[in-house]
Amino acid sequence: MTDVQPTTKKDWASDQEVRWCPGCGDYSILTAVQMLMPDLGVSRENTVFISGIGCAARFPYYMNTYGMHSIHGRAPAIATGLAMARPDLDVWVIGGDGDLLSIGGNHLIHALRRNVNLTILLFNNQIYGLTKGQYSPTSEVGKVTKSTPFGSLDAPFNPIALALGANASFVARTHDMDRQHMQATFRRAHDHKGAALVEIYQNCNVFNNGAFDTITSKSNRDSMLIPLRHGEPLRFGADGEKGVIIGDDGRAQVADVAEVGEDRIVVHDERAPSASMAFNLAQLAAGPHEPTPVGVFRAVERAEYTESTDQQLARALAEQGPADLAGLLRSGATWEIG
Amino acid sequence: MPSGDRHAARPVGRVAEGTVDTTSARRHDKGERVTDTAARHQPTTIDRLVIRFAGDSGDGMQLTGDRFTSASALFGNDLATLPEFPAEIRAPAGTLAGVSAFQVHISDHDITTPGDAPNVLVAMNPAALRAELHRLDEGGTIIVNVDTFDERNLAKAGYADNPLTDGSLKGYTVYEVPMTSLTKDAVAPAGVKPRDADRSKNFFALGLVSWMYTRPIEPTLEWIAEKFGRNAMVHEANVLAFKAGHAFGETAELFDHRYEVRPAPQEPGTYTNINGNTALAWGLIAAGQLARLPLFLGSYPITPASDILHELSKHKNFGVRTLQAEDEIAGVGSAIGAAFGGHIGVTTTSGPGIALKSEAMGLAISLELPLVVVDIQRGGPSTGLPTKTEAADLLLAMYGRHGEAPMPILAPATPSDCFAVAIEAVRIALTYRTPVMLLSDGYLANGTEPWRLPDVTTLDPIEVDFTTEPNHVDDDGQPEYWPYLRDPETLARSWAVPGTPGLMHRIGGIEKADGTGNISYDPANHGRMVALRAAKVAGIAASIPPVEAVGDVDDAELLVLGWGSTWGAITTAVERARAEGHKVAQLHLRHLNPFPSNLGEVLARYPRVLVPEMNLGQLSRLVRAEFLVDARSVNKVEGTPFTAAELHSAILGAIRD
Repeated sequence: MTDVQPTTKKDWASDQEVRWCPGCGDYSILTAVQMLMPDLGVSRENTVFISGIGCAARFPYYMNTYGMHSIHGRAPAIATGLAMARPDLDVWVIGGDGDLLSIGGNHLIHALRRNVNLTILLFNNQIYGLTKGQYSPTSEVGKVTKSTPFGSLDAPFNPIALALGANASFVARTHDMDRQHMQATFRRAHDHKGAALVEIYQNCNVFNNGAFDTITSKSNRDSMLIPLRHGEPLRFGADGEKGVIIGDDGRAQVADVAEVGEDRIVVHDERAPSASMAFNLAQLAAGPHEPTPVGVFRAVERAEYTESTDQQLARALAEQGPADLAGLLRSGATWEIG
Repeated sequence: MPSGDRHAARPVGRVAEGTVDTTSARRHDKGERVTDTAARHQPTTIDRLVIRFAGDSGDGMQLTGDRFTSASALFGNDLATLPEFPAEIRAPAGTLAGVSAFQVHISDHDITTPGDAPNVLVAMNPAALRAELHRLDEGGTIIVNVDTFDERNLAKAGYADNPLTDGSLKGYTVYEVPMTSLTKDAVAPAGVKPRDADRSKNFFALGLVSWMYTRPIEPTLEWIAEKFGRNAMVHEANVLAFKAGHAFGETAELFDHRYEVRPAPQEPGTYTNINGNTALAWGLIAAGQLARLPLFLGSYPITPASDILHELSKHKNFGVRTLQAEDEIAGVGSAIGAAFGGHIGVTTTSGPGIALKSEAMGLAISLELPLVVVDIQRGGPSTGLPTKTEAADLLLAMYGRHGEAPMPILAPATPSDCFAVAIEAVRIALTYRTPVMLLSDGYLANGTEPWRLPDVTTLDPIEVDFTTEPNHVDDDGQPEYWPYLRDPETLARSWAVPGTPGLMHRIGGIEKADGTGNISYDPANHGRMVALRAAKVAGIAASIPPVEAVGDVDDAELLVLGWGSTWGAITTAVERARAEGHKVAQLHLRHLNPFPSNLGEVLARYPRVLVPEMNLGQLSRLVRAEFLVDARSVNKVEGTPFTAAELHSAILGAIRD
């Protein structure tokens, strides 16, 4: 690996013209990433962005790194092979809710359970954009779209709960209206050893405009976003007047701190070995119209896949000795003809 | 092979009436008697033997056949094997569905097939007898475990009457051996419970057959020690059962003769007995060594390909990384990812998996990255016949992707040939930056043959030239990197792997501009790129040696054109026809796309071309379309390989036409 030379945002931008719809939330995510990269202490040649298909999947073309715009849903699988082959690389996976949760749902959960060293950015806009506006696996029930003129019947996935169910070691949520929060979250995800999933609430201003306004617009954030800070009580509101408690039914719920008392407010523990509380918090909001936790739900250490792969290779080398092709061919019963 | 020796292995000696042992074992045969009992310990030499072991799935017939084969291989016979087993792990015991069989052909001369009809059938239960009897050579020998021929088992096998007593086996030589009870008695000293004793009866059968056919016993005893050494009781039981079977042959005056198949004259060298999947896995490992690149296998378990995943997983000390992926698509996807990183990406599967990998193969074609896709063909469509062989994926390999998506295709001819073909697949993939399809099949995958080991130091290295410097200058005179600049000779694109400073670039499945590799929707550019990808694959022919027919090359009335595992049966059939005075030539293809550059010219030399295939005529369609040659098809799509006899008569028929 070469020494990392200092870079600027410009160094990380490719010469390709960015072609998302004007006003798309993807622009702010791209800017956040391009601005963050110089601070991560990584080199462009050792950074790879792998994407599937969809609007978000154009992302790699705009990064001056190595990149692959692959096929629909398969980016986590392709990235798994690359990360296993080349643990020296920094591999990012970019995809939308259709790409990573519908056609690619299987690959996503398996990358998470294996804990492959990948930073996975899930652009969730709750709609299919590139195919012009069908409902997605995160769309709310009753969504009226071109393919569901009478309203969709499908219950949506909760990406955070899904990832936790797959025993993901790092799960976080951020949104496209807050660059600082995105960057802080991306940095944590990048620095995490193992598979890190970040759900980004991203506005599709053409087919699903304003889907997250209720919680992410500047005026609503204080009252609708619940910041997850490790070791701190889960409080929000302009004066921290609201908090998260565990109700009598065992479910997380929002309460007035003054009413329930500070002692009942849940203290966030992203490192809890059990994902139960994180799972509970993930289901606090029924959708992006109720107070919603953002930040890191879970960040725990467990065996990382590419490192384990290399350890097995090293063990095999120690136990079986160096590669000996002639020896391999003679490893079964052999006989000589004179 | 001369046609006269088809029955050479049939027992010929007979014992006089009254000399049959007083144990419960019995022999009945079809007639003539001889009185020469003294000769029974002197083996009669025969030139070949086809023996088929058949029993319930739980009876260990694959293992028994495999050990008999190994002992014969070490003895120096030429051989070929055909394991056949049901798709169910354990079909109900005693039923026809649960019958598992293993056929081995051993000889004192060069052979190419596991034999058409067995000379000897070992049947461990009535179902095995019922399911396999029709294959047996007319007048052949049957050895049955008579203990299993009770009412219940006979009913399960669908026998209304006991075939051992109803006269229906008249015309065969039948040996009734109470294998279960003799094994129980034999293993009792080891402290084995009667219930568990049953598990050793296949070793009794192996011991008996080893005596009858004068196989060396040491290799089997060594193997038993190696395999079961950790469990003293099982080890001892298997040794006792094996020795008891051997001694039974020796002492029970049931078997009038022993037979011996002398070693075959073979090229000097070191030999091992190998099946196609192992040879294929070793070939991939060898290719990694020859290219000095690490090997990556992304694979999802599927019959009959899984053994390649198993084998490669054992050899991580060669730097082999294996991923048992979550599905077929992830298998090929991870291999593409590894290839992007500069590894030799491989995915292994069977037909259903190929269908699932189609889109990803298209991606690899568009990315122009090396990739080896191995299809161990089986009966289709859909789940089809998972454990049975077929070769009906040729057109799938050729055309089974959307768009103009050409892919080189290779096929091995014999189990050991899988080694060389795997290396060739990697060579083409790396040299031309293309996915390559390797079409093996279930018959090659599990069948074995003796393989003279190559001197690995003589294998050609595979050169890979990763790009490490900019290869273009922009309008301002600045050096830059164009990932789709091509080698003028091979048309392979430039390949810079991630980690290379200054050459950062993006590739993808969207059409790329010729040269820069940037996204391009330009119609003329698309036409050019389609033509370039086609020309690149067609151009591989320049690196393929011209093909040469064998046999009556100059004056043949008929050329038999084949590909894949039909080679053995075609070769034997052609030799038979030529021995009868017919003029026949034979040509077998390893490269199916592109075809060798002189193929059309060779085909044009012969008045008739016959193409035997385990499909409905896929290669024949390709050669008819490509060369306007009147190729005739002979087809078999029954889950079993062609027999030499079938092809022999097809050849005669084609000549007469």
